[in-house]
Amino acid sequence: MTKTVEKENILEVDNLRVNFKTPDGLVTAVNDLTFNLAQGETLGIVGESGSGKSQTAFALMGLLAGNGVIEGEARFEGQNILTLNEKAMNHIRSEKIAMIFQDPMTSLNPYMKVGKQLMEVLLLHKGMNKADAFEASVKMLDAVKMPEARKRMNMYPHEFSGGMRQRVMIAMALLCQPKLLIADEPTTALDVTVQAQILTLLNELKADFNTSIIMITHDLGVVAGLCDKVLVMYAGRTMEYGQTEDVFYRPTHPYTKGLLEAIPRLDGDGGALATIAGNPPNLLNLPAGCPFQERCLYAEDRCRKESPVLEEYQPGKLRACHKPVNWEVAS
Amino acid sequence: MFRFIVKRLLEAIPTLWALVTLSFFLMRFSPGSPFTSERGIPAAVLANLQAKYHMNEPLMNQYFHYLWDLLHGNLGYSFRFSDYTINQLIAQSFPISAEIGFWSFLVAVSLGVICGVFAALRQNSLLDYGVMTFANIGMVLPNFVIAPLCILFFSIKHHWLPAGGWNGGAWQYLIMPVIAMSTSYIAQIARITRGSMIETMHSHFIRTARAKGLPKARIVIQHALRPAMLPVVSYLGPAFVGIVTGSVVVDQFFGTGGIGQNFVNGALNRDYSLVMGVTILIGTLTILFNAIVDILYVFIDPKIRY
Repeated sequence: MTKTVEKENILEVDNLRVNFKTPDGLVTAVNDLTFNLAQGETLGIVGESGSGKSQTAFALMGLLAGNGVIEGEARFEGQNILTLNEKAMNHIRSEKIAMIFQDPMTSLNPYMKVGKQLMEVLLLHKGMNKADAFEASVKMLDAVKMPEARKRMNMYPHEFSGGMRQRVMIAMALLCQPKLLIADEPTTALDVTVQAQILTLLNELKADFNTSIIMITHDLGVVAGLCDKVLVMYAGRTMEYGQTEDVFYRPTHPYTKGLLEAIPRLDGDGGALATIAGNPPNLLNLPAGCPFQERCLYAEDRCRKESPVLEEYQPGKLRACHKPVNWEVAS
Repeated sequence: MFRFIVKRLLEAIPTLWALVTLSFFLMRFSPGSPFTSERGIPAAVLANLQAKYHMNEPLMNQYFHYLWDLLHGNLGYSFRFSDYTINQLIAQSFPISAEIGFWSFLVAVSLGVICGVFAALRQNSLLDYGVMTFANIGMVLPNFVIAPLCILFFSIKHHWLPAGGWNGGAWQYLIMPVIAMSTSYIAQIARITRGSMIETMHSHFIRTARAKGLPKARIVIQHALRPAMLPVVSYLGPAFVGIVTGSVVVDQFFGTGGIGQNFVNGALNRDYSLVMGVTILIGTLTILFNAIVDILYVFIDPKIRY
């Protein structure tokens, strides 16, 4: 779809839809998501809490909750990974697609030494012996700038700080040199200076290993610094999708504009922070028409009746909106 | 670790002392005496008996006398079975209770954990409902119902097993007491295991393990079992004491001669020293096994250091 990409796509997601059967009815957490990713490229998926970002990641990894139902296709290296059985999927996980989770404090097994948690990936996927796996793990901890890596192998997660644990998670994800890394809000639980370190690290690793990354975040600063492409999600749907510089500096969707305006600025007048009024809609009870219309400053009658379809309004730029805005960010 | 163990042992002393004092006075203040019987005892005989057991002395003297003996490991003579010391009676019955208890414990833990884990892994399946139904029945059925049902089925109907007795602990005599003892513990352990396993399997680090591409069996055994066992282990301490010191009911129904029988006899006969002896034994074991559980935690949970 995107013309700018001539490289072969490593991941092509077509009309991905995730439904959850709940006692209150069917909830569509992800609604017809379509995107693709070339080798070495980074895609940012942005949105508020509950917009379906994480569920997209879980769907791709086959980690959805038991009541989740997937529709659509996700071709990884040409193969639809959404229909693979557990055993086949276990050969993809970590070996080809790895994931970093939001909360490093709880994502490591507190009852197992960090070294063992790292090594078991290599023992399983690479068939290494213990000595080799140990050395490879130490090397990877060094690569994520873990001080005294060798000593740390024998420590338990509670002996690490949050930032250090996220480094362990990243090292663990990169052990098999996966083609694709899915990072689900990797810096959300960390304080700002540690966030910056982790992002710098990811940027370096991306260059070193030529890994494609799906960066899921609600932090637009992260996207600007790291991503080639951005997909803005709202209520499980794509609102705007394109190259980072287009979406960031020339957003056309009122939602994207609202998100960008809400970033606090150092040179601001110190007044109240700009916000998007209202709350994300209840997925069980979406408003008629565009899911964003109730909070949209530009909504008109048509927006309240007809849900806008995602269209390529310019080559490589997609959006779903009846009332696009023209807004240039002063850079 | 060593300091912790010493500290726990030192803490046990005042606890045991309180237990001894409380049960000593409770027994003495309860109505009746070891020598009350339907046939009156001649006054002279009674006086002699009371003198033998120091019961003609002031109560505080009796108390200190008992403590002094206790410090020397002497639990005194039985009031009822006057040829026996309490130490002898316990030495006779405790091994029987311990053997029934050991096997019941083994059966309860292994069956309970296995059932609980499988029920948790197949949550809301037929297997899960089956296990939980069994667990609920096992918990509400008291062992004084299970024991006679066992006898009815295994002994009277099918003549597979002897209806009672001990016979030095031959396996035929062990089976029914073990069934009657362990059923409620199997049920309880299965329930605890299931609950904590379900919770563990939903935790973030299990999601990480899945994202690593580990096979399910490996996730369960290597990642989930240890944290899931924590609540089970804390239940096992007190449960183990309960199992090993034997059940009053099991001893009564099968005539195995375990410690439970001593308890009942002691209480009915106001056999002061026998009740005290059994109480002290159970108290000591409770303290001991709770300490063992605390020490076990260190090996299960790396966050715990003493």
